[in-house]
Amino acid sequence: MTTTTHELAISATGLCKAYGDKTVLDGIDLAVPTGTVFSLLGPNGAGKTTAVKILSTLVTSDAGELRVGGHDLATDAHAVRAAIGVTGQFSAVDGLITGEENMLLMADLHHLSRQEGRRVAAELLERFDLTEAAKKPASTYSGGMKRRLDLAMTLVGDPRIIFLDEPTTGLDPRSRHNMWGIIRELVSGGTTVFLTTQYLDEADELADHIAVLNDGKLVAEGSAEELKRLVPGGHVRLRFTDPDTYRSAATALREVTRFDETLSLQIPSGGSQRELRSILDWLDAADIEADELTVHTPDLDDVFFALTGGAKVAHQNNRPSQPGVPNQPKENVR
Amino acid sequence: MSTLSLAVRDSSTMLRRNLLHVRRYPSMTLNLLLTPIMLLLLFVYVFGNVMSAGIGGGGADRSDYIAYLVPGLLVMTIGSTVIGAAISVSMDMTEGLIARFRTMAVYRGSVLIGHVVGSVLQVLASLVLVGAVAVAIGFRSTDATVLEWLAAIGLLVLFALALTWIAVGMGMASPNPEAASNMATPLILLPLISSAFTPADTMPGWFRPIAEYQPFTPTIETLRGLLLGTEIGNNWWIALAWCVGLTVLGYRWSTSQFNRGLK
Repeated sequence: MTTTTHELAISATGLCKAYGDKTVLDGIDLAVPTGTVFSLLGPNGAGKTTAVKILSTLVTSDAGELRVGGHDLATDAHAVRAAIGVTGQFSAVDGLITGEENMLLMADLHHLSRQEGRRVAAELLERFDLTEAAKKPASTYSGGMKRRLDLAMTLVGDPRIIFLDEPTTGLDPRSRHNMWGIIRELVSGGTTVFLTTQYLDEADELADHIAVLNDGKLVAEGSAEELKRLVPGGHVRLRFTDPDTYRSAATALREVTRFDETLSLQIPSGGSQRELRSILDWLDAADIEADELTVHTPDLDDVFFALTGGAKVAHQNNRPSQPGVPNQPKENVR
Repeated sequence: MSTLSLAVRDSSTMLRRNLLHVRRYPSMTLNLLLTPIMLLLLFVYVFGNVMSAGIGGGGADRSDYIAYLVPGLLVMTIGSTVIGAAISVSMDMTEGLIARFRTMAVYRGSVLIGHVVGSVLQVLASLVLVGAVAVAIGFRSTDATVLEWLAAIGLLVLFALALTWIAVGMGMASPNPEAASNMATPLILLPLISSAFTPADTMPGWFRPIAEYQPFTPTIETLRGLLLGTEIGNNWWIALAWCVGLTVLGYRWSTSQFNRGLK
């Protein structure tokens, strides 16, 4: 890393945390340059939330040198708090009062003047499409609205560094895309975003730099492109409905990987037009008519499963899917 | 901004939030108020004649029993109202709001101070309501001087402060608002086994220590003495000791849980 310490919004060296004899974070090093989006990616229970809690001063670490916004977490937590905004995994809004009152509460806690507070609250409610619901109790909001209100509340003090712990978990696709738009907007304004997610496409969409956390350790780091290079390339997949056709195709095409239980075959391919044409010619020559042909380019899913212990199923499409996870593989169905 | 003005500003912001809850949702406060008011009416109008036989060595009537009962029920009102503090603290903890406040550059104590001051103010409002009902059904302070009235109010505030800190601790120790409500139930059960309804010396010998060695009885006896001129004896300093002791205990318990981190 060539950047010097004060250009880093967040830096951690040797971050360790254990609860009892269970090690949650086992010597993590992080470096997030100012104005970038950093994504901590990992399965449930990998330690993502613990990392956010530590960096946002909620929990103290057992070991490690940690700096956020140029301030040492161990000695100057108050200054860190003044620089950050945190939106946790569960929306921390006061359900008993209205959305507007929640915003004004934040404005008061940031010591804005009454007038300034009203202005900022109105502006953010408008930006997050909550003006209409502003006078209703927050407990009546939908999941997506609560999440938006939560983020709007986080932005009241204009924090330079924002921690988002799984900001789109449990949101419907439209709300997810809205949230992504909001996050991109933040970054274009120079804010540093530290994002945890278990959705690979989210990290792919948003992050400049991704670190994969598994079992308390960072198992890989880099840009989405760099991570994708860590796993073997793409493939073309042929699927058959008739077992006999499948078997004869499998015998005819010897250089393929067989998936007997799904009656599908995989042919290694980078997915370029030329490669596809030659594959199609080859299939025609062998007189094979697949019922479905899909092109699979390597994506973060492959990296994720390869790195977090799911390597056995890395190239199979019937992966263990997490409930509610819209991890659409980037495949183009013919 | 100096630490003190930061503390005052943030605490009053938190207080405003808690008072807003009370104003928006008066039903919770009123629910908590219902118990002492119902017990007051029940004991005066249903049991009044029978109960009066047990006080003042016979010859007392219903109005004498009202006089006996009201100080007890005022103190019970405190126990009942602070349950609300336990519930709302627990609600804040489970909804992650306290976590949010802890990641902000606000005065650390402001969250708890807001709850505590809010709860004490709520207790005072409840006391005024229960007191109004008591006056409406015929309660009169016989010979209390201004000084005694002030002492009585001071005692009620101190007792409210003590029980509130305990309730806040209970709220923080509970995994959810329902558990907080259950945990705080003794605060309304203890006055039932105090000298609120009948004098402790009419109780069976083995039970008397239970009635006497708990915070409600000395507080009730002191209040009774201040408002009605009955014998206070050493009850006043025992009551003060309970108030100070419970405040310190509740404060230490609450703040240590608050500082220890999140559940």
